[in-house]
Amino acid sequence: MFRTILHHGAASSADCKKLCCTKIEDFGVRAGNLTIFEHVNLHVHCGQLTAIIGPNGAGKSTFMRAILGEVPHSGRLRYVDAKGKHTGHPIIGYVPQYLRFDVSAPTSVMDIFMACLSRRPVWIAREKKLRRRVCEDLALVHAEDLIDRRLGALSGGELQRVLLALALDPMPDLLLLDEPVSGVDQNGLELFYRIAQELREKEDMAIILISHDLNMVARYADQVVLMDKGVICTGTPEEVFADARTKRIFGMLAGAPDGKEADA
Amino acid sequence: MDVLSLCYSAIDALLPFEWAGHVFMKNAFLAILLVTPLFGLLSTMVVSNSMAFFSDSLGHGAFTGIAIGVLLGSFSPLLSLIVFSIVFAVFITWIKNKSTASADTIIGVFSSIAVALGLMLMTYGGGFNKYAAFLIGDILSITPNDLAGLAVAFVLVVAVWAVLFNRLLVLSINASFAESRGIHAFWVESLFAATLAVVVSVSIQWVGILLINALLVLPAAGARNIAWNVKSYHLISVCISFVSGVTGLIFAYETNLAAGAAIVMAAGILFFVSLALRPYFRK
Repeated sequence: MFRTILHHGAASSADCKKLCCTKIEDFGVRAGNLTIFEHVNLHVHCGQLTAIIGPNGAGKSTFMRAILGEVPHSGRLRYVDAKGKHTGHPIIGYVPQYLRFDVSAPTSVMDIFMACLSRRPVWIAREKKLRRRVCEDLALVHAEDLIDRRLGALSGGELQRVLLALALDPMPDLLLLDEPVSGVDQNGLELFYRIAQELREKEDMAIILISHDLNMVARYADQVVLMDKGVICTGTPEEVFADARTKRIFGMLAGAPDGKEADA
Repeated sequence: MDVLSLCYSAIDALLPFEWAGHVFMKNAFLAILLVTPLFGLLSTMVVSNSMAFFSDSLGHGAFTGIAIGVLLGSFSPLLSLIVFSIVFAVFITWIKNKSTASADTIIGVFSSIAVALGLMLMTYGGGFNKYAAFLIGDILSITPNDLAGLAVAFVLVVAVWAVLFNRLLVLSINASFAESRGIHAFWVESLFAATLAVVVSVSIQWVGILLINALLVLPAAGARNIAWNVKSYHLISVCISFVSGVTGLIFAYETNLAAGAAIVMAAGILFFVSLALRPYFRK
């Protein structure tokens, strides 16, 4: 708890001089005449977990896909490393929200890792070489025992952790997590947030997380961004949950501004 | 044709059966040796990415491709078919990525247009009969030149598959996730579609338009019943494709019926066999 406070006392909009930092400047996405979101400015520091909350259709997932560069957008993204150098585009790891893959497909966890990490086609590659590396990757998310399981046979939470392990190799500067609305049980969710917290501390990674669970946000996030077609407000969880606009959007569901203390 | 005569002697030595004595059966056997593994490989992704309808539309697009080739007359129908099929496949992929309509609808629209246009061209002047062979296919008509073409296609497709497969597999999980690893959906999908188009084009003259899609669906559909990872999936799919190719060919020879149909029927039977074995293999 004490360590947590020391680690990220930095408020959301503090300057980027000392820490490595990803600056998102005036992001906007339009689809035809429809504005998905606009004028999003956000600074994300290493070792900080930024949670994005907001109603359905607020543009949260599109925002992430814009950071990835998958969706055309206005504005720009700058990444500054710890020495204050502009290093261009950061290495981004991404864990998607929805997976519409065929659950009966005979693809094992090892297969998908090989497809991502090796140039050799999976159908002739020898797995021996990579196996240890994949085990280490999976150990980061406490999922070593899943290596030979089929993807389709994993539970929602297990799948999410496997995808997280994939996103961590190569180790990214910026990790984007789009949390599924459903399909992950409470234990799985808890574990996922704990892993995110471990990564933030051990790997000094910047994490942006789209969350639907305000309790978890209150307990684990350093910075909260309330989004609805743009940034409504940002700050610490306490600040954002105390804001009248948050209360208006979420009703009185946000009853956990004191969750952080309760978590110790 | 030194390689060819070497293959002939190899068949004589290894397969001392009555059916293998004829040159046309030797050619057909070699064609099956070259093409069925390709169907086995490609069908793994056709099935995993739910592209059965798309590959079906490639067969339909062939109507127009063949008709244009025959009407132009100046170059071979096969070349025209390959070019048209690639353009058609990439075009559908492009529209699918651009449009918000569902893939099913878009494929349905273009494949029916292709069939209609092809039939209009084919029936122009009342000369439909010369196209009838393409509907059913005739594997016994394969010439040494065709075999050389198939050999080129074999090397090409295996090479493309080696480069493309990992990217396709990542893409089949999630497009945004693939993008985050530098895999661009459109290029990968287009190359896959073009490869499918080539394989469909070179095989359509002996399998026939009506049945071509079965060979892109059945091998992997059967293999996935009992496969446990990508490697076994490929291996089983190629085996099903090859075994049904050979048994279908021999059966067709013995009973004097269309080889394409017999091959597809053999693959269909193997599918149900694998379905019955499923409980013993699926972990």
